[in-house]
Amino acid sequence: MESKKTLPGTPITGAEWENEVYSFRKHSVQLRYAWDAGSAVSGFLEGLKEGRILGRRCNRCMRVLVPPRAFCERCFRSTDEWVEVKDTGKINTYSVSYVNNDASRRDKPLIVAVIEIDGASPGMGFLHVLGEVEPSKVHVDMKVKAVWKPRDERVGAITDIKYFKPLEV
Amino acid sequence: MTKVAIIGVGYSGYAPLTPHMSFKEMMFEASKRAYTDAGINPRTDVGSFICCEEDLWEGISITDEYVPDQLGGAQRAVCTVSDDGLVGLINGYMQIKSGLTDVVVVESHSKLSNVLSQGDVTRMSFEPYYERPFLTAETAVALEMRRYMFERELDDDIPAMVVAKNKKNGLGNPRAPYSAILSMDEVLSSPMVCEPLRKAHIPEPADGCSVTVLASEEKARILVDQPVWIRGVGWFSDTPWVSQRDFSKAVYAEGSSKMAYKMAGVNTPAKHFDFIEVDDSYGYKELQHLEALGVYTKENIKRAVEVGETDLRGPLPVNPSGGKISLGDMVEANGLVRVVEAVLTLRGQGPRSLRGAKHALVQSWRGPPTASGSTVILEV
Ligand SMILES: [Zn+2]
Repeated sequence: MESKKTLPGTPITGAEWENEVYSFRKHSVQLRYAWDAGSAVSGFLEGLKEGRILGRRCNRCMRVLVPPRAFCERCFRSTDEWVEVKDTGKINTYSVSYVNNDASRRDKPLIVAVIEIDGASPGMGFLHVLGEVEPSKVHVDMKVKAVWKPRDERVGAITDIKYFKPLEV
Repeated sequence: MTKVAIIGVGYSGYAPLTPHMSFKEMMFEASKRAYTDAGINPRTDVGSFICCEEDLWEGISITDEYVPDQLGGAQRAVCTVSDDGLVGLINGYMQIKSGLTDVVVVESHSKLSNVLSQGDVTRMSFEPYYERPFLTAETAVALEMRRYMFERELDDDIPAMVVAKNKKNGLGNPRAPYSAILSMDEVLSSPMVCEPLRKAHIPEPADGCSVTVLASEEKARILVDQPVWIRGVGWFSDTPWVSQRDFSKAVYAEGSSKMAYKMAGVNTPAKHFDFIEVDDSYGYKELQHLEALGVYTKENIKRAVEVGETDLRGPLPVNPSGGKISLGDMVEANGLVRVVEAVLTLRGQGPRSLRGAKHALVQSWRGPPTASGSTVILEV
């Protein structure tokens, strides 16, 4: 007995689409922006260029904010000072991704992780990727360390860190 | 129902470029000023936060995700209104009026200097089938300007006089970066962009952030000595098709002001206000808006400009702040920028000649190619 019926719809062939059989109007835009990074982000990016990870401390709640912010969102006040933190941390969560942004299949899976940085307040850190590790070996709370690009290739971007790799102990 | 007051204002930026701060840092600075002004702590005293912005101007979609922290609104009631700042103010007014909360923060900002393809953003707003192939922001404006000037039999010198007046008014305003002494001849000899629109008619882009704190009557009386009351609000949209508009009048300004006048009980707008802040883009818009607000008529608007009635020391100062011509175009922040100016003036912190002013009107237009806008009536 047939329990489900497939509704046929109105299929459009590739040829109909390409030959513009149906009415539509194309408009392609070029939207271009250059965002002022501001004091906190600029300081962080400059630090990356030097191979250092910087945070900002709020002297009221004493949290070390990484990535740094010019203001503490809990206390609503300007943060007080720059703090250098370590380039090690532990994995808060991770995912092994097999697809690209356009849904195409990756040749090699990408391991994306949220990393809590040592020296920052609990829960503080940033998103990055993992390398030099088999996906099956990654686990929550795994200790990791930054692998930096060579100094002359660093431009002041989050990608100045190539990836994080398991910290050998 | 409670009355609603503006109890604090703050601003930051108001410059062609603001490379020293991110939009978040600009918002933090402006909101810190507003909270100090109102004597409140945003972490404990605010019921709701409203930001007004448009994703395409930001270059970030779903921008509301990126605004709470710098306003003191982390993990609180925050929303974005994708419209001019005055619409956000009106939303905040309604939240208090309805009893939902008693203190609301309204913010709006521009980082136009960060938008490298401003023309493309505006082009995205044109009707895509019939009109987009032919229009730029400037042609959309020039088409209306031509027809309006034709209907009122205005020569080129009239919009030029408005531009010169507002450039000069701005010189008394420490927040107006584009103020200047500019002669009518200098306006009229500036490069033609598309007839009859010249470069000097067009407001220059600016970065800036404005923040207002609204409160119920009960809260306002406890917190500040000089609450500025919102007595009427209105908003209105005309047709989106440029080709279908009545270019002789600003239908949206007429509609939004009627709504606000009814609420505030204003029967004779020509006599009610001590000063007016209207959108003054391209010079002629100020005139078109004043007519639509019922302050002047199509018969007497030309003479009002010629004899200086709307000058800073005339009987009805229009745009004592210097308007968009002097403050710069801050896109979605334009309306709120002018509310901040009007509030400061009503508190005696504006032009000296307007000390003691009690009644003000602020009107905004959402910019080319829109035909929508809002009106707010303020009182001390
Ligand atoms: Zn803090």
